[in-house]
Amino acid sequence: MNKKDMVSLKNVSLKYYTLEGETHAVNDISFSVKQGEFIGIVGPSGCGKTTILSLIAGLIKPTKGEILVDGKKVEGPSTDVGYMLQQDHLFEWRTIMQNALLGLEIHGKTNRETKEKVERLLETYGLGEFKNHYPDQLSGGMRQRAALIRTLAVDPKILLLDEPFSALDYQTRLAMSDEVSTIIRKEGKTALLVTHDISEAISMSDRVIVLSKRPATIKSIHEIQLTSERDNPISRRQAPEFRQYFNTIWKELDVHVQ
Amino acid sequence: MYNKNNHKAVSKEHAEYIAKIKKRKLLIRLTQISILIIFIALWELTARLKIIDAFITSQPSRIINTLISLHEEGTLWMHISISILETIVGFILGTAFGTAIAIILWWSDFAAKVADPYLVVLNSLPKVALGPIIIVWIGAGPFAIITMALLVSLIVTIITVLNGFLEINPDKIKLLQTFGATKLQILKKVILPASIPTIISALKINVGMSWVGVVVGEFLVSKAGLGHLIVYGGQVFKLDLVMTSIFILSIAAVLMYQFTAWLEKKLIKWQN
Repeated sequence: MNKKDMVSLKNVSLKYYTLEGETHAVNDISFSVKQGEFIGIVGPSGCGKTTILSLIAGLIKPTKGEILVDGKKVEGPSTDVGYMLQQDHLFEWRTIMQNALLGLEIHGKTNRETKEKVERLLETYGLGEFKNHYPDQLSGGMRQRAALIRTLAVDPKILLLDEPFSALDYQTRLAMSDEVSTIIRKEGKTALLVTHDISEAISMSDRVIVLSKRPATIKSIHEIQLTSERDNPISRRQAPEFRQYFNTIWKELDVHVQ
Repeated sequence: MYNKNNHKAVSKEHAEYIAKIKKRKLLIRLTQISILIIFIALWELTARLKIIDAFITSQPSRIINTLISLHEEGTLWMHISISILETIVGFILGTAFGTAIAIILWWSDFAAKVADPYLVVLNSLPKVALGPIIIVWIGAGPFAIITMALLVSLIVTIITVLNGFLEINPDKIKLLQTFGATKLQILKKVILPASIPTIISALKINVGMSWVGVVVGEFLVSKAGLGHLIVYGGQVFKLDLVMTSIFILSIAAVLMYQFTAWLEKKLIKWQN
């Protein structure tokens, strides 16, 4: 198990400024993610979880430190990184197929070969017959699946998932987390999942990173080892160790309703 | 109406529900038509019975006679087509320039901030007040009238369309940025397609706005067109001519509005 580092953050800090003052969002964060690994990031709300994903995606630049993706320093958005947002943001004026092709269009890579690949992806993940439908005609779960295919279409090495299930109802959310985790593992992608849902993080991830309140620092990293019959999130939730991980992380998050 | 062969799965209760809705729709339409017919009939009747003075109020039969005589003189279509042409050119230019300026202001936040107070002032200024200046500068002709129509719709278009651009969910833009999109790609892939409904509604507003511009322009220039007929009719006390022109105006305005509604259906097919 000597896989290479796909993502590494080295002493990354971020401050941003407004007229009212400066905000220290992220403070001296270092961690790395191995190829094919699934990392969950949890932390109190507003602690800068999403900011960390934006930094890895190259949407914002760190004030200090450096970020490497597949050994290269991040200078801006790249095709190596795919980002999934809280809402699916499928464009209502495009069909599912046209939505799935969006990333390829922006990279100027729409040709017969890539179109066939996207069609295969839609086919594989049960959206084949809906490819000419508009997003309004699909259920929330199907839309989120279409959004995942849109991300996978450009063949990123790393997937950043920013609370991708938070807009779904509870049942759909459980089913989708199962599905997405299966898809990501099957496609052999490295993934970072940001969530406020501790169970979701434990059930999907190989490691869970717990962040502190703002400015975000790493409080602890948990190696998740569960003895479950099958290696999918729903069975992992049944594992005897699950509750222990949950309690430990819950205490570390130190949630108080103010 | 409910048809057993077409709606096999419709239950008796559902059929009753559909019938009730359809009946209500029919009733609304019938009432609308009745009001119009009763209004026209009363107008004609009271004029014939000399209860009202048809010299001042005109009357439906006189309007029809005026239409026929204008047609026989051969000037009817000339006046109608001049006004319609001026309106169409004015509202297409107003929408096009307005959208183009909105794009520039979206592109440069600095320009938008700088332009803001000017837009506020220009928006509240009644554009028809600029009429005499436009006529002096451009000359009393169709170009001055088109310019009026353009000015009346321009500022509203800029403000409506720019607000439409700015209301687009920033996460949609973020999504494109994660794919490494350039600003031009963001404009083409999100901002413009997402704003088609806004631009169409600007178009609908502009139909009315441009008619205001054209009619006022024709009042001032007074050479040809429906606005000219209205002013001329008023000056020589031919109220038949005034009423006839207004009648034609309302039909032309409705047709143009219907056209934009049709265009909306064509362009926003994902909503059906």
